[in-house]
Amino acid sequence: MLAHLINGISLGSIYAIIALGYTMVYGIAKMLNFAHGDVIMVGGYVSFCSMMYLGLPAPVAILAAIFVCTVLGIVVERLAYKPLRTATSLAVLITAIGMSYFLQNAALLIWGANPKAFPNMFKDVEAIEIAGARVSPVAVVAIVANLIIMVALTLFTTRTKVGKAMRAVSEDKGAATLMGINVNFTISLTFAIGSGLAAIAGVLLCTAYPTLMPTTGSMPGIKAFTAAVFGGIGSIPGAMIGGILLGIIEILARAYISSELADAIVFGVLIVVLIFRPTGLLGKQIHEKV
Amino acid sequence: MNRIKNASSASKKAFLNYGIVIVFFIVFQTLVSTGNITSALKGQLIPIICYMIMAVSLNLVVGISGELSLGHAGFMSVGAFTAVIVSSAMGDAANPAKLLVSIIIGAIIAAIAGFLIGIPVLRLNGDYLAIVTLAFGEIIKNILNCLYVGIDEKGVHFAFNNPDALGMNPLGKVIINGPMGAVGIAKIATFPTAVILLMIILIVIQNLVNSRTGRAIMAIRDNRIAAESMGLSPIKYKMLAFTVSASMAGAAGAVYALNYSTLVPKKFDFNTSILVLVFVVLGGIGNMTGSLIAAGVLVVLPELLRKFSDYRMLVYAIVLILVMLVTNNDKLKGRIDTFFKKLRMNIAKGGRKK
Repeated sequence: MLAHLINGISLGSIYAIIALGYTMVYGIAKMLNFAHGDVIMVGGYVSFCSMMYLGLPAPVAILAAIFVCTVLGIVVERLAYKPLRTATSLAVLITAIGMSYFLQNAALLIWGANPKAFPNMFKDVEAIEIAGARVSPVAVVAIVANLIIMVALTLFTTRTKVGKAMRAVSEDKGAATLMGINVNFTISLTFAIGSGLAAIAGVLLCTAYPTLMPTTGSMPGIKAFTAAVFGGIGSIPGAMIGGILLGIIEILARAYISSELADAIVFGVLIVVLIFRPTGLLGKQIHEKV
Repeated sequence: MNRIKNASSASKKAFLNYGIVIVFFIVFQTLVSTGNITSALKGQLIPIICYMIMAVSLNLVVGISGELSLGHAGFMSVGAFTAVIVSSAMGDAANPAKLLVSIIIGAIIAAIAGFLIGIPVLRLNGDYLAIVTLAFGEIIKNILNCLYVGIDEKGVHFAFNNPDALGMNPLGKVIINGPMGAVGIAKIATFPTAVILLMIILIVIQNLVNSRTGRAIMAIRDNRIAAESMGLSPIKYKMLAFTVSASMAGAAGAVYALNYSTLVPKKFDFNTSILVLVFVVLGGIGNMTGSLIAAGVLVVLPELLRKFSDYRMLVYAIVLILVMLVTNNDKLKGRIDTFFKKLRMNIAKGGRKK
């Protein structure tokens, strides 16, 4: 039971890291970035290639993945989303979907459709025992990474000037521009951070579930998006809580109810939550004005 | 006066839609009967019609009712698997009747699913509504993945998550086998019936949109609070649009399923919902003609891109992004407009010189 719980928190931590990317981009650009899940996949492939083909040590491979994904995030934003800043949200949504198809099919061409076995970077580390439950090292690493990212992001958005600018832009773009904030730069930065986090999530995900395919990112992407909505989209602590709860529910449902129905149960819980709290657990209730 | 004008332009648009479908039918029917069509494209004819139905029915929700739905394929799936069960249960009944009954029951069950899902979904707004429709689409897929249906002389047997619980005679036949999907479907769908179904659905949508109910639905879309203060019930009208749309998707699913001999639940996942949404948005939200054309072109496009072989889906993605950029970016739009204006002026000048 305890082992399942820890595994759930660990999977949830990965979801939370992905969900942060969704929630920050949504908060600032008011768009659902459907290509986010595929950035995870790219992160996985980049770290895979740097370890297997270039023989780089794991930490360097992770840094390489973060670098490539950050650049990718900025480029995607510049090319595809920035020209549509004034367009309807549906148009941006479809563009993001197009981007997602593009990344998946580009990966298909570059790396092929065959699943790749991701190397285990914790081969030499024994399973860790916590209160009698044996958990894999990657589970612990995921939880710790999530905590560090959470604290760092909270400090970043509340203490630094750029972070405050970010919150200002998400609150009111026009007013932020008048205060001398460079809105375009801030949005690019948000995409960069989100994509960098996606790379970390990609490496963790592929280490925990070591099959890498061009579609690896799409299902975790959808679930992390669900987690972001679950916690209240646009809210950073909401993404964390939503992600972890979702991970726990999924692992427990898989262990005790049915592995085929685990996804259905996860989405069922989301629906129940949204019926009672229509803007998620920590979402802001916005009152309609006439 | 204005109203009469509007009404006549609306019926003109309607006849444009019917015209497109009829021309499409005549062209492809002659191509098929004269044998001037590749077998790959011939196999795509019924799916194209099904996707057209999916696109116009989703447009009813997204364009007319103004709610983003990301789970439309779920209703198609309900209709598809219902139709498989019904057509197998009817055994060797005569074909047109069997197809008709399958489509009707598929549509009814999908409508019931749409109604039940609509109860929680339509209380939400905007992106939250979208994510819940996505969730329901995935739930439907998961549940169908666990569904086992068999048939023997005693009737139809259902089992959930456990194929051994079917309790059939050894002579019985498994119709739906969990994640393996439906097997041994009788391929009874035909191109003309699919076209007739599309025509009926277009007529229904056209008359719904131009009725008192349709105007109420659009009024709620444009300004919910104002509409509500005029005594319109948002839930009631949104529910109507959602349920009608779900039943149409069910009918499309029924025809789609009866065109293949095997069918897996995974076929109707999130990606299929998104594909249909792409048809709707590219064709123009709220524009039924656009949905028809976009669905037709985009289903055939990967086929036409075959000479790019491995690159075709990549090219498809790039085309999709470029179309969105060109049609939605004011700067690019302006540039293209001036380009065409110059072109026209040049042509006019050239004409004068002569």
